[in-house]
Amino acid sequence: MQKYSVFSLVKNALSNHENWDLAWKDPTPKKEYDVVIIGGGGHGLATAYYLAKEHNITNVAIIEKGWIGGGNVGRNTTIIRSNYMHDDNALFSEFGMDLWRRMSQDLNYNVMFSPRGIINLAHSDAQMNTYARRGNSMRLNGIDAVLLNREEVREIIPMADFSDNVRFPIFGGLMQPSAGTARHDAVAWGYARQADDMGVDIIQNCEVIGFDVSAGKINGVRTSRGDIKAKKIGLCVAGSTNILAEKLNMTLPIETHLLQACVSEPVKPVLDKVVTFGAGHFYISQSDKGEMVMGGDLDGYNSYAQRGNLPTLQHVLTEGIAMMPFLSKLKMLRTWGGIMDMSMDGSPIIDKTHIEGLYLNCGWCYGGFKATPASGWTFAHTIAQDRVHELNAGYSLNRFNTGHLLDEKGLGTKTWIS
Amino acid sequence: MLYIKCPHCGMRSQNEFSYGGDATIKRPELGKEISDQDWDNFVYNRKSLRGKHWELWQHISGCRQWIKVERDTATHEIFNTLKANEEISL
Repeated sequence: MQKYSVFSLVKNALSNHENWDLAWKDPTPKKEYDVVIIGGGGHGLATAYYLAKEHNITNVAIIEKGWIGGGNVGRNTTIIRSNYMHDDNALFSEFGMDLWRRMSQDLNYNVMFSPRGIINLAHSDAQMNTYARRGNSMRLNGIDAVLLNREEVREIIPMADFSDNVRFPIFGGLMQPSAGTARHDAVAWGYARQADDMGVDIIQNCEVIGFDVSAGKINGVRTSRGDIKAKKIGLCVAGSTNILAEKLNMTLPIETHLLQACVSEPVKPVLDKVVTFGAGHFYISQSDKGEMVMGGDLDGYNSYAQRGNLPTLQHVLTEGIAMMPFLSKLKMLRTWGGIMDMSMDGSPIIDKTHIEGLYLNCGWCYGGFKATPASGWTFAHTIAQDRVHELNAGYSLNRFNTGHLLDEKGLGTKTWIS
Repeated sequence: MLYIKCPHCGMRSQNEFSYGGDATIKRPELGKEISDQDWDNFVYNRKSLRGKHWELWQHISGCRQWIKVERDTATHEIFNTLKANEEISL
């Protein structure tokens, strides 16, 4: 594989950039693989990469119904953070932060990781208390957290509404300085390029039609491009999890919901942090192109439509304008939607299943993008070793049965209540 | 914008409703011995169908009644609505 560097850039410039290698191949599926990963999104590509890199398992296929990186890894708001209170979430996410920091070097691909910091705004004394508690929990787990008062927040984001008569005055905020953003497509492409180089087959336009299960064991998968045998199959299909689960006669603690995001027209640099509104669900950052990148609530009903509905967008942007009134002057450039695998406690599932050789990675709710490297790393471990790693031990499938929920946000079981 | 025909009030916009999830889930009968798995299925596990889906909505800014709605989760087309006490014929 051609290494990307300033020298290769200069060399290819001399030939008008016409001689670059393909970043990944377009292979025909083989009859059998050691491992098949279903879903060519961020998590699936990362899983294949870490299977090859950490476990020397390279006879691997990623099968993807559409094109790689066309689902939620291409539709998110690119936020990366580990500001969790519960140990299971905090340690998993902070492990991921380390992978993010090294990712551009590891993948030889500039993922434009920008640790600009995230601020969760607080709008009451009670909220400041809960943020202090969460910040302390984070620091006990080795994650950076700073509790800011109103004046400190004002210095960092003076464009927020600090006037006297607002409905939700800013009392302060909790900042994780090491959080940030990254270029989402580059993450998918970087993992794909390296996985391909190590021998992984990336098979696009290949839809799963069914599974070959006998005597409680998985033997392979039936696809639109023929049957593929594999002793181990990993599901990384986010919003399509329930569709594949139905083919396996499994009913999961997952509902598929629609989440929208949008960007404004590009403007000059105004916001150098990720900021979240504390009295509702709204988050914002500014992209390198100058667009304000915004998102918030689910549309609120089960949906497989990868497009949004206006009432939710209006609701979310009303929160945004309450927080930063200047947003009302901006024109909307694009809106889009993705389908989220909402788990019943708001935390993901990375686990084995009752079918031997079938592994499950789902339930990412609002936070799939930031988890990409840690999810791939732990899922690869779970598949390769046929046992969960301590980092994803809390993300078990049977926790709903045993009552060991990971309800970080206290939203309870109704995913549409937020 | 979805338009939902409330069986009590007629056609209203989505803004007047709040969502209540899968309408086919049955609570285990009172006083009957049930397993942890039955309870797990009732509280957490959902089919989350792609296509026709019977679901509960509450006309929260209208008559405040719970209703059942048959809606396509891929196209958002609404086929049928029922009062909460009317049985779904699948």
